[in-house]
Amino acid sequence: MKDDNLISTENLTGGYGKSAVIRDVSFDIKKGDFLGIIGPNGSGKSTLLKLMSRVLTPQSGRVTLDKTDIRHMGLKGLSQKIAFVPQETLINFSFSVEEIVLMGRIPHLKRLQHETKNDHAIVQRSLQETDTVNLKDKYINELSAGERQRAIIARALAQEPAILFLDEPTSHLDIGHQIQMLNLLKKLNRERSLTVLIVLHDLNLASEYCDRLILLEKGRIFKVGAPHEVLTYQNIEKVYKTIVVVNENPISKKPYVLLVSGERKTE
Amino acid sequence: MKQNNRIKFFLLSGILLFSIILGITKGSVDLSLRELLLEQNRHILLLRLLRVALAIIAGSGLAACGITLQAILRNPLAEPYLLGTSSGAGLGAVAAIIFGALNIYLPLAAFAGASLTVVLVYLLARQDNKIEIQSLILAGVVVSVALSGIIVFLVSFYDNKALHGILWWLWGSLQVYDIKLLGTISILVIGGIIFIYTLSQDLNALSLGEEEAIHLGVDAETIKKYLFLVTSLITAGIVCICGIIGFVGLIIPHATRYLVGPNHRVLIPAACVAASAFMILCDLISRTLTPPFEIPIGVITACIGAPLFIALLKAKEKIK
Repeated sequence: MKDDNLISTENLTGGYGKSAVIRDVSFDIKKGDFLGIIGPNGSGKSTLLKLMSRVLTPQSGRVTLDKTDIRHMGLKGLSQKIAFVPQETLINFSFSVEEIVLMGRIPHLKRLQHETKNDHAIVQRSLQETDTVNLKDKYINELSAGERQRAIIARALAQEPAILFLDEPTSHLDIGHQIQMLNLLKKLNRERSLTVLIVLHDLNLASEYCDRLILLEKGRIFKVGAPHEVLTYQNIEKVYKTIVVVNENPISKKPYVLLVSGERKTE
Repeated sequence: MKQNNRIKFFLLSGILLFSIILGITKGSVDLSLRELLLEQNRHILLLRLLRVALAIIAGSGLAACGITLQAILRNPLAEPYLLGTSSGAGLGAVAAIIFGALNIYLPLAAFAGASLTVVLVYLLARQDNKIEIQSLILAGVVVSVALSGIIVFLVSFYDNKALHGILWWLWGSLQVYDIKLLGTISILVIGGIIFIYTLSQDLNALSLGEEEAIHLGVDAETIKKYLFLVTSLITAGIVCICGIIGFVGLIIPHATRYLVGPNHRVLIPAACVAASAFMILCDLISRTLTPPFEIPIGVITACIGAPLFIALLKAKEKIK
């Protein structure tokens, strides 16, 4: 059997300082996956992404990319494969959008090497794909949250990554911009078979867009599977300690989570 | 480089050239360029050229350090003396005078004081082999205040004429009293600036944030350490040869960023040129305003720098 795992975590444990936020987490991502990470506040969603992108070093276990431990890859090599879109980017300096997107080429350039025509072409394409061409001369610190997030995705695309990590990229956006952004990711996922690993707060967005979901509870994997396997009312009530009703979205046939006010389940 | 940035760069270079000509022709006696080349005026030309050279070295070094620290600390108020170099150098010099050391030992003591202080600040701020930006700034401020207190105590305790002189010296002067020292410091500063310039892309990435930099393949922690070391050495070198010249490392980076944008590949060379011109002109004012007395150049840079800074803030507000 051909093993086409692109990135895997093996018994990954780690966190900040000596405390472990993520405990013994193992899962695989295949090329072309659109995988969502969900879970309550403090369940370790962002920490997991940080461990997988070498911002944090695991206490035990490892992360492999194409069968190589990412700790042996060098940051530059890793950043040619993995691009990262954070929750919100606050930039104090007035870089233009084009300059920000050009920085996506840093992983592919040597120090002091100037961008080639090819680099500029890639930047141009990233701008087009994220619909930010008309913003390219604007200053990044003067954009709206939605525009800024698109520019940051453009930069991530300019890295020409195999995998895109996103940490709650929609949490500062209104529903229109949320859908616009996730549609864009879906399109990139389909057309360019870009692998996506995304932390989402909104269970319904996760259900709608992700092919597979990982539900985290207190740093451990509670459940992995397709949205209809993970988003059952039993699972959600257990992990989120909240009573919900799960229906089916009449159009997409994906599970749909409804909140119920008033009653809170106590353990 | 964008087309209009290239024009701005040439403009700045023009201003620098103009400043250099002013710097060597004006003084207690005004001499035209032709007169300067005459045999009997050789020594005046040499003295003035040395001052101009020192102005360029000190100005560029301070500007490059200011830019670097502002980027890696992501704090617009960061300046070269933030990590305690100035008070450390002051204490080193004061201690040297108390122990009776003079001449070449004075700048050496100042250099040692500045370097040791940065090491102290660094060790205070370090936790788990990582440097948190906030703790670094705090440690720098705390150590600076403590050392300044010790300096004032020592100066008032030992009633020594030379010690009062040191306070004046600390306010900065571009008088070159040792060509060899100038040569050594120049090599240090120019080497340091070249090092910083080769990391301009890393600085671009770091100014977006440390995690962002890591995601772009920049080893933030290591680069930060190297840059702290290099900026400290540059600042210590400059302090020991010409005292503490405030505002240059703060105002020039801001003014240049306003002019050419925050991209470090353009910003660093442009700021070096702008700072050189600014220092030459300030030095010119410091030695021609009240001849034969020289006003410490730090006084001039502060008097020009503060209003310029306010004007810049207002201009930025207007744009928004």
